[in-house]
Amino acid sequence: MSAIQRISTGRRIKDRVVQGLVYLAFALAVVPLISVLWLVIQNGLARFDLEFLTHSMRGIGARDAGGGAYHAIIGTLEQVLLASVIAVPIGVLTAIYLVEYGTGGRLSRTISFFVDVMTGVPSIVAGLFIFAFWILFLGIPFSGFAGALALSILMMPTVVRSAEEMLRLVPNDLREASYALGVPKWRTILKVVLPTALTGIITGVMLAIARVAGETAPLLLTVFFTDSINNDPFNGPQMGLPLYVFDQAARPNDTAIDRAWAGALTLILIVMLLNLVARLIAWWRSPSRAR
Amino acid sequence: MTTPVRTRGGGPATRRAASRRSSGEGPFRFASTGAGVVLLGVMAAIAVFLISEAIPALQANKGNFFTELIWEPNGSQVFGIAALAFGTVLSSALALVIATPIAVGVALFISHYAPRRLAGPLGYLVDLLAAVPSVIYGLWGLVFLVPFLKTPSVWLNEHLGWFPLFGGEGVIGGKTMLAGAIVLAIMILPIIAAISREVFLQAPKINEEAALALGATRWEMIRMAVLPFGRPGVISAAMLGLGRAMGETIAVALIFPATFDLSFQILTPHANSIAANIANGFGEATPIGRGALIASGLVLFVITLLVNMGARMVIARRKEYARAAA
Amino acid sequence: MSKQIQVSGLDAYYGSHKAIEDVSMTIEPRSVTAFIGPSGCGKSTFLRTLNRMHEVIPGARVEGKVLLDGEDLYSSDIEPVSVRRAIGMVFQRPNPFPTMSIYENVAAGLKLNGRVSKSETDGIVEESLKGANLWNEIKDRLNKPGAGLSGGQQQRLCIARAIAVKPQVLLMDEPCSALDPISTLAIEDLMTKLKDEYTIVIVTHNMQQAARVSDRTAFFNLAAQGQPGKVVEMDDTSRMFTNPSQKATEDYITGRFG
Repeated sequence: MSAIQRISTGRRIKDRVVQGLVYLAFALAVVPLISVLWLVIQNGLARFDLEFLTHSMRGIGARDAGGGAYHAIIGTLEQVLLASVIAVPIGVLTAIYLVEYGTGGRLSRTISFFVDVMTGVPSIVAGLFIFAFWILFLGIPFSGFAGALALSILMMPTVVRSAEEMLRLVPNDLREASYALGVPKWRTILKVVLPTALTGIITGVMLAIARVAGETAPLLLTVFFTDSINNDPFNGPQMGLPLYVFDQAARPNDTAIDRAWAGALTLILIVMLLNLVARLIAWWRSPSRAR
Repeated sequence: MTTPVRTRGGGPATRRAASRRSSGEGPFRFASTGAGVVLLGVMAAIAVFLISEAIPALQANKGNFFTELIWEPNGSQVFGIAALAFGTVLSSALALVIATPIAVGVALFISHYAPRRLAGPLGYLVDLLAAVPSVIYGLWGLVFLVPFLKTPSVWLNEHLGWFPLFGGEGVIGGKTMLAGAIVLAIMILPIIAAISREVFLQAPKINEEAALALGATRWEMIRMAVLPFGRPGVISAAMLGLGRAMGETIAVALIFPATFDLSFQILTPHANSIAANIANGFGEATPIGRGALIASGLVLFVITLLVNMGARMVIARRKEYARAAA
Repeated sequence: MSKQIQVSGLDAYYGSHKAIEDVSMTIEPRSVTAFIGPSGCGKSTFLRTLNRMHEVIPGARVEGKVLLDGEDLYSSDIEPVSVRRAIGMVFQRPNPFPTMSIYENVAAGLKLNGRVSKSETDGIVEESLKGANLWNEIKDRLNKPGAGLSGGQQQRLCIARAIAVKPQVLLMDEPCSALDPISTLAIEDLMTKLKDEYTIVIVTHNMQQAARVSDRTAFFNLAAQGQPGKVVEMDDTSRMFTNPSQKATEDYITGRFG
C-alpha cells in the first residue's frame, strides 16, 4: 500500500466548490461598483459641460434643457467646509482626551462607548435633530449652516476614531523623552504628539469629509431647496450637490434625469478625489505599512 | 540621565505639580475634556429634542402611534409607525440576508484566497463601494436596477410564487421591496466585508498551520481555524450593517413606492421605511406632520441605537475572549 | 506505520532568497533524528519541506526530491494535503484550536476524513491521549477548552492531535522551547516512547536534548551570513557528540559559537 493516500474526491470537490463560491462572491460585490461607475460616467457626460458647472437652475423647469449645478456645488463646498470647522477640532480634541488624559476612567469609557454608538446614528436622524433643535426650537430659518451642523454630527465620530488610532500609534518613548526635558504635557501633545500623528489625522479627516460630502438626508431637512445661487451659508435656503441629484432624479423628465446623472458624476468625482488624496497621503507617509 | 527626569517632570506627582504651574496645561486639558463632553451632550440632545418636538404631534394624534398603519398627520391627523417600522425591519433583514454571505465570501477572498500582491488593491476596490454616495445608489437603482429586475421578478413569481415572499398578483417588477433591499445590501456589504476581513486576518497563524499540518484542505483549515475565531466579529459586523440598512434614507426614498401596509410580498410594489417616509414626506408636511416625522425618527433612533449597542457588546466580548486566548 | 525518508539535492527558497542548499540525507524509521545548528541556519525550513508546509508561506518553493518509502512527495500527482496527512507536525508554540474542547482538538484531524463513528472516535481519542501521556491528567475534563491547559499539557495535546490521524512520520519543530524543564522532560520521555511506532524528526536548540533523545543527529550551518544553510555533518548521535568529524560541529557542540 502506498504511504501517501490521496484525499477523497468528496473533500476535493468541496474545497473547489467553496473556492468557486468565494471568487463568485467577490465578483458579485464588484459588479455593482462597475455598473454604478459605468452608468454614472456614461450618462453623466451628456450634460457634464461648462454650462452645468457655471449655471444654477434659476428659472429652469424640469422639462427645460440646460441649467446647472453651480449653486449646489457652492452649497456643498461651503457646508462641508463649515462642518469640518466644527467637527475637526471637537473630534481631534476628544481623541486627545481619550488617548492622553482620560486613561481608562469612567468618563473616558463612556465617551468612547458613545463615540462608537454615534457612528451608528442614521444621517436622517442627525438632520431631524438639527431641524428639531435649530429650526423648530431656536426658530432659526433653514440655512447652509444648519446643514453644516447636521453634517458635523456625522463627521465627529469618524474624526475621533481615526485621530485616536493615529495618536495611539505615537510611541510612548517620544512623550517620555519630551517630559524628560521638562516640557509640560500640553506642550508635549502640541509640539511632539500631534505633529507625529498629523498626516494620519489628515487622512482620517479627508475620508470623513468624503463621507459627509455625499450625504443627502440631513441636508433635506436643514438647508431646504433652492434653484438659485446663494453664496451666504448663514442666510436663506441653500442647495447641496447630493440634494440636487435627489431633486432632479425624482422628476420624471429626461432633461432632469440627465442633470441628475451629471450631478452624480460631479459628486462622485469630488468624493473619489478626496478618497484618493487621503489614501495617497497615507500611502506616502508609510509605504511599509501599506498592505 | 535619571536626575533631570526626577527633578523636572519624570514622576507623575512632580509632573502634575510642574504642569499646574505652566499656564497652558489647565485650559488645554479643559478643552479636550470639554470636547468629549460636548460629544456626549450632542447624543443626549438628540434624544431630548426629538422627544420634545414630537410630543405636540403625538398629542394631536387621533390614532394609536404604535399600531396604526395609516400615516395621515397632515389631513385626518391619524398616524402610526406600524407599517413604516415593518418596512424598515423587513427591508433591512432582507438586505442583511443578501449581503452577509457575499460579504463573508469577499472577506475570505481578500484574507485567504486572493494572491497576496492583489489582496490590497482588490480590498480597496470593495472599500470604494462604501465611498459611493447613497443618492447615487438610489439613482442607479431607479434607472438601472428597477427595470433590470423585471424579468427575474416575473420568473420568481411564476415559478416560486408558492413561497410567501415571492407571491402576489400582478407582479411586473417596478419599485419593489426587493429592489430596495438589493440596493441596501450593496450599501452595507463593504462594512460587513471590511470588519470580517480584519477578524479573519487576525485568526492566529499558528492555528491555521496546525490545521494544515493535520492534512486539512484550504476550506477545512478555514472552517477549523478561521471561521470559529471570526464568528463574533462577523456577527457584530452584520449587526452594524443592519443598523446602517435601517437608517439608510435617500436610496430607498427614491426606490420605495411609499405605501402604508404590511406586505411580505417583496415582488409587488408595496414598500416603505421610516427613513424613506421622512425624506419623502418632509417637504409637504404641516407642523403636526413634521412633529409626526420627528416622532418616527425618534423610533428609528432608538432601534438603531439598540442594534448598534448590541453589536458593540458582541465586539467587546470578543476582545475579552481574544485576550484570554492569547 | 513507520517509514523511511530519503532526501536528495534539496534546495528551499523564500522568493528569490535561497534558505537551504543541496541537502541530502536518509532518515530511518523507528528512530529519533535531531537537527541542530545555530539560529537561521535553515533547520526549521528544512523540517517544513518534509511535509510540504514550507510552501504555505507565500513565495516559498522547493527544488529537489523527498522520498517517503520511495514515493516522491513533490511529484506532480501528489497533493500537499495528502502529504501532511501522512507526515504529522508539532510546532514550537503549542497551538490547540482555542474554540474547541480537548476532545474536539484530538478528534479534529479524524473528522476530516469523515464517517468515523462516535465510539470509534472515543477510542482513538483515548488511545491518542494515552499515547501522549496526557490521558490520566485530563480524562475527566475532555469537554473543557484546550486553551485552559498548562503549556506542557497543551503541547502534549498537540502531539495527541497529531498522532490521532496515525501518520507515518512525526515532525517536531522545537517542541520544548516554550516549555518549563518539567514539561520538557515529559515530552522527551514521550518521544522515546513514540519512536517505537513512528519516525520522529526533531529540531532543537538544546544540545543536551538532542543528545538525550535522538539516535541520529544532523548539524546545519551557514557558510556565511546571507548564504544558504547546509548540512555540515550527519551521524549517530553518540559519535557526533563525542567524536565529530568536522571542526565546525565540534565548535558548535562545545559552545564555541552559535
